[in-house]
Amino acid sequence: MTAVPYIFTVIAISAGAFFFLAGTVGLLRFPDTLTRLHALTKADNLGLGLIVFGLLPLVEWPFGAFKLISVWLLLQLSGSIVAQLIANFVRREEAHE
Amino acid sequence: MNAVMLFGLCGPVLVGLGLFGLITNPQPLRKILAFNLLGTGTFLLFGVIARRGAAAGLGGDPVPQALVITGIVVAFAATAMAIALLLRLFQETGQAALDSGDPNGTSAPTDVS
Amino acid sequence: MTITFIFDAILVVLLLTVAIWIIVARAAFSAVLAFVAYGLLLAVVWVELSAIDIALTEAAIGSGVTGMILLGAASRLRETEAAVVSAGRPLILAAALLCAVIAAALAALVLSPPSTVFTLAPETMAHLHESGLGNPVAGVLFVYRAFDTLLEKVVVVLALVGVWSLAPDRFWGGIPGLQVSQQPNSVLTLLSQLLPPLGIVFGIYMFWTGANNPGGAFQGGTVLAAMWILVMIAGLQNPPSTNWRWLRVLVVLGPAIFLAIGLAGFGLAGAFLAYPPGYAKPLIIVAEAALTLSIGVALGLLAAGPPERVAQQ
Repeated sequence: MTAVPYIFTVIAISAGAFFFLAGTVGLLRFPDTLTRLHALTKADNLGLGLIVFGLLPLVEWPFGAFKLISVWLLLQLSGSIVAQLIANFVRREEAHE
Repeated sequence: MNAVMLFGLCGPVLVGLGLFGLITNPQPLRKILAFNLLGTGTFLLFGVIARRGAAAGLGGDPVPQALVITGIVVAFAATAMAIALLLRLFQETGQAALDSGDPNGTSAPTDVS
Repeated sequence: MTITFIFDAILVVLLLTVAIWIIVARAAFSAVLAFVAYGLLLAVVWVELSAIDIALTEAAIGSGVTGMILLGAASRLRETEAAVVSAGRPLILAAALLCAVIAAALAALVLSPPSTVFTLAPETMAHLHESGLGNPVAGVLFVYRAFDTLLEKVVVVLALVGVWSLAPDRFWGGIPGLQVSQQPNSVLTLLSQLLPPLGIVFGIYMFWTGANNPGGAFQGGTVLAAMWILVMIAGLQNPPSTNWRWLRVLVVLGPAIFLAIGLAGFGLAGAFLAYPPGYAKPLIIVAEAALTLSIGVALGLLAAGPPERVAQQ
């Protein structure tokens, strides 16, 4: 009974969920937009990476793993660019005041 | 009570919420949002009926599922048209309200064609 | 009380909380953001209901493109929110009573299902192999209820004509007033250079694999439209003039080819939208390819809005 992949999956996904929780706590507790963006991009991306890492033993190799990793990479790309756009907007708003 | 029944009860609640928002909120944009909420609640009801009709090795009856896909596309087309109407109303009268104007006369139109 | 039931229960609670937030939020902008989150949660609910095609459509069209045009409208209408008179207390109470009655009636319908479940799944699967398709939802959309799909595409074209007709007379045939990013060399430009190649491949893949797996013309076409909208918003390409003949040909190409195949069914197979045996899958693929292209162009134009300036000659 190969339980080892499942144990690995549970541990990795729990760690990923913990990082998501940390990111959400940061979103709720940090004082302003820029620090909240920091919490969201760093912690959430790491959480997603851990969840993807944990799901890798369960999908077919190589195409399933390739799709999961590309989901993670695309979310990193769009998440970081959206965070930059929001941060630029906040900077411009503060400069106008 | 299994999970499908839970989703089946969620659908009517969404329909009720959407209808409430449609009736009570005076801003047209919020009415459009509530209308979309109402629509997705109805689609959820369809989805639960499709899930109940699971047979022949499928997870759900495919006919209601195809109807919901058609419905989502048509709902988007209606929303796009409604938003274009709303923005045109805003361009013409300077306000986005469905009331017939205040007794002191309407505000000056900002764009006359 | 299995784990999946707890997960579904939490999902329903989240969904209803976000739905309530849509209704009671003060600013329209936060209501629209809640709507986008609501659409994504609903897509997860669709996966739980074993309707993956619907989940793809909801995430792409229901939450994605709809959320985009709602965000644009909310930002344009921001200054009208101050002068709003909320509804009076009697209307709110009466509306709440009415909605509670309707919701309770629908819930009673759900809780008392008929003793024998009527389903069309066995009949769908019985003849699906004759069309060469492996995805039963695609089979329903393009074989059994192909007339609905044809009319659905025509509705999208009609909506586009309706949106265009809302322009002032002097702007008819002009360039849509899509709000373009004002920062010429920002990270948005980087995204709109990196993402569209991947997005186009992915959109075509979603259309192609829809014959046997969840996917299809509408979902793939929406991804193509999203890539086009991204390129237009980043300023890499101007919105096209709605006068342009090829644009109009592309919008009409999908339903026109589908209609032609349907009319040819009169001669080849004896009924409207009937397929001759053995040729069903190639005809469906051709119709779906044209539909994917048309949907991409039509959804992009619907999101761009009515024309707001005249094309320079």
